[in-house]
Formats: sequence, C-alpha cells, structure tokens
Amino acid sequence: MLSRVADSLYWMSRYIERAENNARIADVNLQMLLDLTNQKESDPQQQWDPIISSLEENEVFASLYDKPDGRAVIDFVSLQKKNPNSIYSCLTNARENARTTSEQISSEMWEQVNRLYLFVKGDTAKKLVRNSPYEFFKRIILGSHLFQGITDATMTHGEGWDFIRIGKLLERADCTSRILDVKYHILLPSGEKVGGNVDTIQWMSVLKSCSALEAYRKIYVGQVAPWRVAEFLITHAAFPRSIRFSVDCFDAALHHISGSSETRYANEAERLSGRLRSDLDYITIGDIFKFGLHEYLESIQERLVEVSNAMQASYCGESAIENLPRD
Amino acid sequence: MGDFFSDYQVGDFFDEMFAGPGAVRPHYSKLFARFKEMEREEFERKRALAASTFLTQGVTFTVYNDDQGTERIFPFDLVPRIIPAEEWDLVERGLVQRITALNLFLHDIYHTQNILRDGVIPKQIVWEAAHFRPEFMHFDVPRNIYIHICGTDLIRDKDGAYLVLEDNARCPSGVSYVIENRQTMKRTFPSLLGQYRVRPVEDYSQELLNVLRYIAPGGKTEPTVALLTPGVYNSAYFEHSFLARSMGIEIVEGRDLVAQGGRVFMRTTMGLKPVDVIYRRINDDFLDPQVFRKDSGLGVPGLVEAYRDGNVSLANSIGTGIADDKAVYHFVPKMIRYYLGEDPILPNVPTYLATIKEDLAYILEHIPELVIKAVNESGGYGMLIGPQATKAECERFGEKVKKNPRNYIAQPVVPLSRAPAFCDESMQGRHIDLRPFVLYGEKVTIIPGGLTRVALRAGSLVVNSSQGGGSKDTWILEDDTASKNGG
Repeated sequence: MLSRVADSLYWMSRYIERAENNARIADVNLQMLLDLTNQKESDPQQQWDPIISSLEENEVFASLYDKPDGRAVIDFVSLQKKNPNSIYSCLTNARENARTTSEQISSEMWEQVNRLYLFVKGDTAKKLVRNSPYEFFKRIILGSHLFQGITDATMTHGEGWDFIRIGKLLERADCTSRILDVKYHILLPSGEKVGGNVDTIQWMSVLKSCSALEAYRKIYVGQVAPWRVAEFLITHAAFPRSIRFSVDCFDAALHHISGSSETRYANEAERLSGRLRSDLDYITIGDIFKFGLHEYLESIQERLVEVSNAMQASYCGESAIENLPRD
Repeated sequence: MGDFFSDYQVGDFFDEMFAGPGAVRPHYSKLFARFKEMEREEFERKRALAASTFLTQGVTFTVYNDDQGTERIFPFDLVPRIIPAEEWDLVERGLVQRITALNLFLHDIYHTQNILRDGVIPKQIVWEAAHFRPEFMHFDVPRNIYIHICGTDLIRDKDGAYLVLEDNARCPSGVSYVIENRQTMKRTFPSLLGQYRVRPVEDYSQELLNVLRYIAPGGKTEPTVALLTPGVYNSAYFEHSFLARSMGIEIVEGRDLVAQGGRVFMRTTMGLKPVDVIYRRINDDFLDPQVFRKDSGLGVPGLVEAYRDGNVSLANSIGTGIADDKAVYHFVPKMIRYYLGEDPILPNVPTYLATIKEDLAYILEHIPELVIKAVNESGGYGMLIGPQATKAECERFGEKVKKNPRNYIAQPVVPLSRAPAFCDESMQGRHIDLRPFVLYGEKVTIIPGGLTRVALRAGSLVVNSSQGGGSKDTWILEDDTASKNGG
C-alpha cells in the first residue's frame, strides 16, 4: 500500500472517531446540565469550561464567544469552522482524506463518509443544532457507528483496514482519557461533598459519555464510585471503549501489518505500544491514584502520541521510502 | 398524465427524437410511450433520486476560476439519447479507421516522416505545433501504439450526418460519467431500459486494464499498473479514482513515485515497489521537471529517462498532442487516404487554417459567421462563436488571429443536432454532441455509445461541463428490430 494512502486512511479514521467523541462529550454534558439545574443553584459556566479545556482549544473559543454558555459551546463543538476540532472540521478532514483514498476504501465506505460530510454541511444540521442538539449528536454518533460497520463488512481485512483500525483505536484511547480527565477539571459546587449527589451525577455522566454506564452497572453493584469508574475506563480488558482494550487492539493491528509475533517487536511503534500495553495489563487503580489520576492520564496521552509518531515514521514517512525492494 | 411532449418545439435542427412536429422516430417510440403514461410527480421523484445518487457518490467535478475550486455535480438529464444499431455500426467503423490512421501518422512523424516528404501535410504545420516532441524522434513505443485512449468528439449536422469535431488524443476525460449515468438510469428507469436491448458499458474498465497490461515493458505478463493523477484538486479527480478503483490499481500522485536508476517505484508502507505501466492523467508538460516544465510539482523527476530506457510504459505515449492539434485535424481525412488507401467514413467539419494565406483572408472577412478556435485549447476555452459575439469581440479576436495565425483555425457554425432535455419545467430541444471512447491495445474496442453532452442553456452550442453543459445516458441498441414495434 502507498505510504501516502496509509497515512490518509489512518487520519480519515481518527477524524471520524474524534467527531463521534466530541458529539458524545457535548451530548452528555448537555444532559448533565439538565440534571443539575433541577438540583440547586449551580454555575452553568463552571460546567462547560472543562469541555473546552478537554478539547484543548481554549484560545480559539475565547476569540469567538463572550462566555461559555451552552449555546456557545454547542456551536463551537458542532459546526464552528474556525474550531479545527469541531465535528464539522473533523468530518471535512475525514472526507478529504477519504477522497484521496477513495479507490482503496469500498464505495459504500466512501458514500457514508460523504453522506456525513454533506449532512454537517447542509441546512438540516444547522436547524438541528439550533433546535435539537441531542438529535444532531445522536446522528453523528450513529453515522460514525454505521461507518465502522460498513468498514468491517465491506473492506478486505488487510493492511488498509489495519491502518483504519489503528487510527480509530488510538483516537478512542486518547478520547477516553480526556473524558475521564474532564472530571478532574470539574469542581464540585461549594458545599457539595465528594461522594455526594452532584458528584455521583458527574461520574455517571463520565460513564455515559463512553456508553459505559450499563456495562459498569453489570460489574459493580452499589454507588458509582470515582475510583471504580476510573478503573473500569482505564483497565477493563473487554469493554470496547476502555483505554486498555483500545491499546490491546491497536497493538494487535500493528503486529498484523508487520507480521511479527505479538511477543516481539519489529519496529519502534510496536516497541512503544507493547510497553504501553503491558503497563496497562499490570497496573492497578491503587497505583494510578498514588501516581495521580490526572498525571497518569496525561502520560497516557503523551505515550499515544509517541506511538502515533513512530507508526507514521515506520510506514508513512521518509524513512519507509529508502528501503529498496528485493526483487 | 405528465404531458411532457405536447408543446415540444422541433425547431430548424436535426432532432434526435422527432422527425417533425409530433412525428416520433421509431427507435424513440417506447420512450415516448413511457413518458406519456408518467405523472409529473413520478418524474420529479426520479429526478430527485438521480441528483441525490450523484451527490452521495461524490460524482462531482471542480470548477476553476473560483475561489475555492467548488465541487459541482455534472448536471444529468433523464431523457436518454438513443442510437440505433445500424447507425452505431457506421460510427464504430469510422472511429476504428480514424484511430488506426492517427497511430500510423504518429509513428511516421516520429520516424521517417514520409507524409511530410510526400507533401501531404505541410512541414511547418507539424514542426510549429506546440505539442510536437522532436526529442522523441526515432523512439519506439511499446507495440507501436501511441494513442491508447482516445475521446473523439462527434456531432450531427442538419441532415443528421455524423461529423468529427475534434480528436482528444492526450488525456480525454468523461468516461466515468458514461458508467455512472448508466447506473443512474438503471435505478430510475429500470423497466424502460429492460424494454430496449441496450448494449452494456460497464466492461470499459476491464478493457482499459487489458490495454494497459498489453503495453507492459518487454511483454511482462503480470505488470504493476498505476494511474497517475495531478491530485485531488484536479477537476477530473473523481474520474481518476473511479477508474483506479474499478480496475483495482493504485492511484498515485507524483510525490508517491520515485525514479532511480532508470526505473520507477511507488513509495509503499513496505518500501519501494516497481511500477511497469502508468496510465497518466497528466499532460506531457508536467510529467517530468527534468525534461519538460521545470516548475511542475506534479510530475516525477527521472520518469522520462525510465520511459526512454523502456522500463516503464506510458499511456498515452508522450507526443500524441500533435495528433489532436486542431490544425493537424484538418489533414486527418488526407491521412486516412494516405496510410490506409480508404475514403474517410466519418467526415471532418470543414476547417480553415489561419496559417494558410487564402484561408486567413477568408477567416478575417467572415468572423461573424465562423467558430474560431485556438489550436491547443480544449474544454471550450479560447474560442469565439462568431454569430453570438459582439462586433467588438469579433474585431479583437481577428487581431489575435492576425498576430499568431498558426494558433488558430476556423470552422463554419454547424447547427448541432438537438435532443429533448428537461429544462425550466418542460421538455425543450437542446444541442448535443457525443464523445465515444476508443481503446487501442491488442485490438481496437469502443465503448458502446460514449458521453452525450448537452448544452443546457437555451440556444447554446457549447456542451462543455465548464460552460454550463450537462450529460445524458447514451443507449446503443443491440439490434434495431426490437425497438420498432412500439410499446
């Protein structure tokens, strides 16, 4: 496969996953806000700040809006062209990448990416964002799921598919760590105590962002407790949005591409991802809290970037090019 | 009922569907009957379905001279153009004859130049042509084929006779629309398509791949074939990716290729992989900055060297632009007589060459009646349609012609045939042309039909997509007996 194409497939997939995750975060926060306003007075501004922080676009946001109220944040996250990580920007980038690889992906995949792009570009999306953001976010999430289903059902499970998987899972691991980190930024309203009502609602919303509340309930009985939520989202071996599960899967995909055994490594990307993987296999939630949850999540994000860079250097960059073929 | 054709004006043109007011030509009778029973709402539904199909599939082209290079759908008209088998047989024979002569001409021009020595074509016509490549004199192309893919534009005159308007022997585009248009008709008019026995167009990609494999260096049996595109911002990018996908080959940009030691490689995730045949959709000028335009960022440095060494084949070959030069066009009928000893089956449109003294005088006197074209332009750019131009425009163009006569030709305005198209809520006669695609490999194969382009603006004679044109599906009938029995 062409190096450029591998790179584009990887990014196409990352952008679609990113659009989905942004929709999840915004949607859940929207709902949480409703829950909280029914409680007692809480400052809505406080509620939206962490979202903007988690998107790492504080400055762009500040340049566009006066204050972070719900309407501004929803606009910023959904259709704002000036936000490089808005759902609109993500899907535009995904579609551009798909367009340069449209002979590699199946036509059904291309049509789905294109349909999503046309949707966020069109008037229906504008109306939905204004009148029923919940519905808008729902359609983005469903659209992304549909894309993943189409991908698995119509594309040969070869190299290109592996690059798509790696893009999706790296992005997902990164997003789950950010969603979890959002809670770190959320301050409890004054007078509220840890483990209290508001705190529980906030932790539940973290789980909901990852479609994880029901899965969590099946494992842990009783109160939603912070360390359990973190344990579940970081180290669960089989939940498809946990960090560990995502890392396991992209590590497998990396080995699938190179053909090397999963107990060894054939390049720097595999070495880094293998290390991250074994770390997640053996770490306990106690270790994580001792280290500091926020610090640990940040280190995960940095290590994901390292894997991504190494993967691109091995397959998509200049160093891949100098290897002359043996023929 | 929809009553689509009750107010239809046949006009003073050859109409594809009507022999006269209300007189439907036999091969259109089933279509006429189908529209007669169709409600307006049903037709509107079909139109909406067709439009949304093109949009979601991303069947778009990019319009230049625009801030962002806007993507647009190539407008599609739902009334197909139908050509009887007997008529098509003549066209097909004419096209085979023409491509054969053009290839013999190119071989001759790049070797002994007998046709110039025998005085059939004036020397300077060839030597002064912008796309003549003297640096490829005495170079042998694989299997002696120069033009592997040709898009020949045909028009019909007032009496319905087919004429060749121009040959596109460099990188003709449009074939993906032929295939997509058919897909759309299958979805929107399945039963009508079933009533006619229409020759399929879908195997074009397979035939094209056969041609590309046939010209592999040294007759290699399992060559690696790639399509070279200028990139995603090119107006025909959709087509490039469509063809690559349907042939199952890689689509590459210049930056994906590297030439080393007289060979060309693709940069892949597993290192460099050799490429044997390149279907290039980039013009000669941009192929290799070491040989042609230095500023080309689209090409591959060293590509031409590999081509000269015979390690990589190109389709079309370098230097075919001399064959579709609009001044050389004038001499194609003579070529056919010279190389094949046959009379041309498809005549040319009469052409005046500004480079010939008497012709120049005639052109300058008759600008308001003529179509004047720059010899190296295509896509409807660089031309003047005399009868539709103002006096000042005519004068300005006359000056240009006088200044650079080799660069211009002129033709009388041919009243192109018309076919019904749905415009402004009713069926109206619109001018059309036809671009069949000719493939030259082990044998010559021609896509049954080709791209029928239609000038959707009332009265317009320019069918190019960049100038407000659209397209229709083109139906070539298997045999004519079936189509005549009404129904």
